[in-house]
Amino acid sequence: MALDDLIGRIKTACEKATPLRIRGAGSKDFYGGLLAGELLDVSAYRGVVAYEPSELFITAKCATPLAEIEELLAARGQMLAFEPPHFARATVGGCVASGLAGPRRQQAGGVRDFVLGVKLIDGRGQALDFGGQVMKNVAGYDVSRLVAGSMGTLGLIAEVTLKVLPRPQAEKTLAFDCDEATAIVKLNQWGGQPVPVSASFWHAGRLSLRLSGAFAAVEAASRKLGGEAVVNAENLWNSVREQTHSVFAAPLLWRLALPSATPPLPLKGLSAIEWGGAQRWYAGDLPDIRAVAAGLGGHAVLYRAAESQRCREGAFAPLTPGMLALHRRIKKTFDPKGILNPGRLYAEL
Amino acid sequence: MTSSEPVFKTSRQLLAERLKGTLPARCLLVDDEELRPYECDGLTAYRQLPLAVCLPENEAQVIDILRTCHQLGVPVVARGAGTGLSGGAMPHAEGVVLSLARFNRILRVDPKARLAVVQPGVRNLAVSEAAAPHGLYYAPDPSSQIACTLGGNVAENSGGVHCLKYGLTVHNVLRLRVVSVEGEVFEIGSEAPDSPGYDLLALMIGSEGMLGIVTEVTVKLVPRPELARVVMASFDEVAKAGEAVAAIIAAGIIPAGLEMMDKAATAAVEPYVKAGYDLAAAAILLCESDGTPEEVGEEIARVTEVLSAAGARELRVSQTEAERLRFWAGRKAAFPAVGRITPDYYCMDGTIPRKRLAEMLAAIVGMEEKYGLRCANVFHAGDGNLHPLIMYDAAIAGEWQRAESFGAEILELSVALGGSITGEHGVGIEKIAQMCVQYKTPELQTFHRLKTAFDERGLLNPGKAVPSLHRCAEYGRMHVHQGAIKFPELDRF
Repeated sequence: MALDDLIGRIKTACEKATPLRIRGAGSKDFYGGLLAGELLDVSAYRGVVAYEPSELFITAKCATPLAEIEELLAARGQMLAFEPPHFARATVGGCVASGLAGPRRQQAGGVRDFVLGVKLIDGRGQALDFGGQVMKNVAGYDVSRLVAGSMGTLGLIAEVTLKVLPRPQAEKTLAFDCDEATAIVKLNQWGGQPVPVSASFWHAGRLSLRLSGAFAAVEAASRKLGGEAVVNAENLWNSVREQTHSVFAAPLLWRLALPSATPPLPLKGLSAIEWGGAQRWYAGDLPDIRAVAAGLGGHAVLYRAAESQRCREGAFAPLTPGMLALHRRIKKTFDPKGILNPGRLYAEL
Repeated sequence: MTSSEPVFKTSRQLLAERLKGTLPARCLLVDDEELRPYECDGLTAYRQLPLAVCLPENEAQVIDILRTCHQLGVPVVARGAGTGLSGGAMPHAEGVVLSLARFNRILRVDPKARLAVVQPGVRNLAVSEAAAPHGLYYAPDPSSQIACTLGGNVAENSGGVHCLKYGLTVHNVLRLRVVSVEGEVFEIGSEAPDSPGYDLLALMIGSEGMLGIVTEVTVKLVPRPELARVVMASFDEVAKAGEAVAAIIAAGIIPAGLEMMDKAATAAVEPYVKAGYDLAAAAILLCESDGTPEEVGEEIARVTEVLSAAGARELRVSQTEAERLRFWAGRKAAFPAVGRITPDYYCMDGTIPRKRLAEMLAAIVGMEEKYGLRCANVFHAGDGNLHPLIMYDAAIAGEWQRAESFGAEILELSVALGGSITGEHGVGIEKIAQMCVQYKTPELQTFHRLKTAFDERGLLNPGKAVPSLHRCAEYGRMHVHQGAIKFPELDRF
């Protein structure tokens, strides 16, 4: 599959005003709003374009599997530091479009923090290059980061360049038995101290904490924090990252993003806390959850539910009217006919 | 869409009358003598008096000013401390300068949540000073941090010497409160991660005052490392120093800072700060490690090993905090030190892939000869951000023009080598022509459309950051007129 094929498909769709549904591996079909439009299968547009370990970047075509990228990086002692879920077959394009990051996000940053450049095919069928392969670039508006998490509504991310980082020399996981409130307090205390916490996961009265860094730093922090050393902790972190842990099996699952120090919420259904308290998972039918989250300065994503419910309630927290109007103007900038993934982010986009 | 430069025409008298209706007299300047201090920012070669300067004291006044200007069709140029180096805050002849200097309060430092809420006129260093009692600090540290403001940092996406490890402004700002050109207030981002909708925070940061006026900034604070130490290494060839940088990264080390200075820069700096630099070396590297004492000890040992293997001729590790600060003093004072040996200097800001460094420096040597001007180079080597300091004398006819052409050639070579025309100083008015080299027409059109989504009439900082297509066409013609296309051996896309 050539870039021109993708450009041609989008150009034609633009002329005919045909809505398109962009799909790489489909590993995140469950996520976001409506899946509507003629299928634009990009799965054949794959392959690593450039990888330069000493320049700390990798450039890949959109349907390159994350697993393939990580394997290449691991061979050179590097990684995608935001630990995106692979869901077995996830692609790098979908990873950036969805903006989903894993356990290490609390330390390393989210997907957008690692996007250095994109080749984007907009809704007119134009291939546009933003950003590049260098760490710092402030020429022009930062469109590369803007498309992270935009659910394919601004353009087809045909190629992406991500910053990569060295894998930590050492990792160690500690566990503590504690309730929700204590876990939140502890996580925020540690967050304010120079200890190399790279991931946290609280579930059913047990807090797991991963330390990453130089050997000596991990050992020193481990002595300082106490707790119980966990063996084979990779399995735990992998189950959190890949969402194979039982927490994620709930048929109705909410993801709350909150200021990390927010005390326990007056809601039932808490199943896990991640990211130092900033990400909390709730299961079940919770009609007040959006209002509660918003009241605390956060927001709730209807992460997993029947498509009908996600379409009815919106997968993502609603925008203010002014913000929605601005989003529509931005959407129109890239996709004047509204053909790219309509309804996938918001019904109005 | 903007395909040529728009025309603005409102008389100073009418504008002043309308602004006086909403602003106290102390917040409005209209006399030429009062306007003079605002005629330029840190890029002093470009000067322009505005129609008026507004110094609002609260958000309601910002909204009033914007509404008034929007009604009258008057351009608005936001300004922080005016330390910018690309002319981003240079006034518009038919416009208002909106100074946020009086927005200088730190509204909240929350040690538990590790964040600070500040007004845009707060100085960068003041944030870290306010956070210090809690063992926290604000990581981005541009060289101008004692003077530059958070609002300006947001506008330019400022970096500093520690951004390889700690990120740029875009990685350290959680939330902005922004007033649109029409006077509508937007909350962008929040204290919670991943705000719903498009990542407008990324779009706002580095937008050079083109999309909105920031009235509040929430920044992330991070724990101050217990210890920092720096290794100073000297090399007898620039290429070896460049390879040493790559070797450090390849060894899996992300230093807290990784800086390079060439011989001209160390020669300028050493008599001034007496840092103990190896003056016979072609280049020196400063590599900082921070963290817990255990971590630093381990990393310094690895760095020393890598640098020795890379052929360092001299290696010194700071033994005390005073010595660490002395090693850094030279780097931090590089700009003023160069200022002491030349009447004027012109600071450039290209980024290149690290591996092309030796090539770039060799090309600069050629350009020194071509333009008859000297150039000292300081380099955020860790992230490929080069700051050549071109020395000239504005009093000598033709020297500034030669310096400008010298700078333009460096920037265009940066693009050709796979980099960018600006790493952290912004495009402003200075690099507007080079934007035509870095981007093709469809990308520039996208930037114009995005601008229109925020500012339909193009009133916010017109003529900066993104060139009109008309201007690029002119620039293209000029290049052809001069005969040779630059770097004919390189591919063009």
